[in-house]
Amino acid sequence: MIKRLAKISAGLLLVVSVTSCVHLKEYQKSRLNDSEMALTNRKVEKNELNFQSYREAASGANAGKTGGGCGCN
Amino acid sequence: MKRKFLSVLGFALICRFHGYAQVKTDTTAKKQQVYKSLYTPGTQPGYDTSDYRPRRLRIDEIDLVSSYYNQTGDHSAVTGGLGTEQVTDFSNGLNLNLLWYNPAMNKNTLSVGLGYDHHSSASSKFVAQDGQGKPGGTRIYPSLDWTVENSKTGNSFGIGLYYSGEYNYKSKGLDLHWSAKTFNKTGEFGVKLQGYFDKVTLIYPSEFIPPPVVPVGTIVITSASGVTRIVDANGNTISSSKNSLPTSPRTTLSASFSYSQQLTPRLQVMLLGDVVTQSGYLGLPFHRVVFPEQKTSGIDTAERIEKLPSSRFKLPIGLRANYFIGDNIILRAYYRYYMDNWGTRSNTASLEIPYKITPFFSVSPFYRYYDQSAAKYFAPYDQHSLNDQYYTSNYEYAKFRSGFYGVGFRIVPPAGVFGWQNFHELEIRYGHYTQTTNLVSDVLSVSLGFK
Repeated sequence: MIKRLAKISAGLLLVVSVTSCVHLKEYQKSRLNDSEMALTNRKVEKNELNFQSYREAASGANAGKTGGGCGCN
Repeated sequence: MKRKFLSVLGFALICRFHGYAQVKTDTTAKKQQVYKSLYTPGTQPGYDTSDYRPRRLRIDEIDLVSSYYNQTGDHSAVTGGLGTEQVTDFSNGLNLNLLWYNPAMNKNTLSVGLGYDHHSSASSKFVAQDGQGKPGGTRIYPSLDWTVENSKTGNSFGIGLYYSGEYNYKSKGLDLHWSAKTFNKTGEFGVKLQGYFDKVTLIYPSEFIPPPVVPVGTIVITSASGVTRIVDANGNTISSSKNSLPTSPRTTLSASFSYSQQLTPRLQVMLLGDVVTQSGYLGLPFHRVVFPEQKTSGIDTAERIEKLPSSRFKLPIGLRANYFIGDNIILRAYYRYYMDNWGTRSNTASLEIPYKITPFFSVSPFYRYYDQSAAKYFAPYDQHSLNDQYYTSNYEYAKFRSGFYGVGFRIVPPAGVFGWQNFHELEIRYGHYTQTTNLVSDVLSVSLGFK
C-alpha cells in the first residue's frame, strides 16, 4: 500500500507541477465561472451522498464529510 | 386648444428628458461625500470606490434542501444478512450564510446549518427478536462554520463544528481548513483536517439481554431505543422502563487534500485525496451474524453480534473534470479509487451532462457507476465459521456493483423564481439506485436558494 501511495503521490505532484504553468486572462474565464462548472457537489446532492456512504463501503475524496453522523441499520 | 396643449406637453417632456441628458453633473461633490463616509485611519482619500464593499453583517444566502428517500432490499444486517431492508427517510436541511468584511476588508463567512431527518426502518423492529421494536427514529444535526478569505490573495482559513444526535448514535466533529491560490490564480490548494468523536449506544438484540424476572404469563419486549416493556398475554403493558445504556467510542481522524486547476478557458480539473483513520467500536451492536452450526447443534453461540476490528485505514483518491462544450453543454465527470485495510477496493465513476436550455434553466441527466470488492470480514447469512476472528453480514461490506441514474433541473431566473426576487435558485433532482445485492432505492431532492 505504501508503494502504491508513493506512486500516486508522485503522479499527483507531476500533474500539479505541469498544470501550474497555465495562464488564463480574466476574460477567458467566463465559462469557467459558470455556476454549472463549479468543482463541487451540488447542494441538492447532499442527501444522495449521505445514503451512498451508508450503503457502500467506500467514501471520501468528494470534498464532503469523512465520518460522523449515523448509526444506520 | 387640445392639440396645442398636447404639443406643449410633448415639447416639455422632450425638453425635460433631453435636459437630463445634457446636464453636466458635478460628481466631485458626490465623490467627496463617499470618501468622507469611507474615510478611516489608514485609508487614503484616493480610495477606489469601485471596490467598495459594505462591511456590515448581512445575510448572504439561505439554502433549504429537502429529500425523500425510499429503499427496499432483503439483506438486512439486523437479521444477519437476510431480511427486509425497507427504509424511508425524510430529511430537511437549512443553511444560513452570513457575510461581513473586517477592517482589513477580508471576507468573513459564517455558515449556520441545521438538519433534521426522520426515518422508518423495517429492520429496526427486529432488534427485538419478536419484531416489536421501535420502527424509526429522528436525527438532528446542527453545524457551524466560520471562514475568512483574504480579499487580495483569495487565500482562506476556517474552522467548523458539527453535532449529530440520534437515539443510538451521537457524534461531535471539528475541522480546520485552509486554501491557497497559485500566483496566477488559476489553481488552488486546499487542506482540511477533520476529527469526529462519536459514541455508539450499545443496544443489543433482545435475545442477548438477560431477561428480567417477570410474572408467569408475561412477555418482555426490548426496543431499539432501550425501552423494556413487560406485557401480559392480552398485550397490556404491565411496566415500562428505559435503561441507561452504555456507550462505546468511535473516533475518525482525517486529512483531506485538494488541488484544482483551470487548464483551458473551457476545462478545469480537481484532484482530491483523503487519508482517514478510524478507531473504536466500528460495527453496530444490533447487527446479528448467523453461523451454520446453529442449524445442527442448536447452541446459543451460533448467533453472535457483528464483530469488526477496532481500527480502519481508508485511502480514497478522486479526480473531477468539468468541460464546457459549445455554448450550452457541460460535462461534469468524476472518478474515485478507494482502498482500505479491511480489504475493500472500489471504483466510482460518474458523468453528469447539464444542458442549458436557456441561460437560466438547465436540465442535467446523470449516471453513476460503482463497484467494490468484499471486505475480508464479510460473509452472507449462514456462511461464517465460528472460528472467524471477525465477522459481519452487513452487505455494505459485500462485493457488489451499483448504478445510479436520474435527472436534475435547475432554475435561476434573473427576476427570481416565480417572480420572487429573493428566491434566486430552485433545483429539483430525482435518482434511481440499484445494487446487485437486490437493494433498490429512489431519492427525490429539492433545493431552494434565497438571497
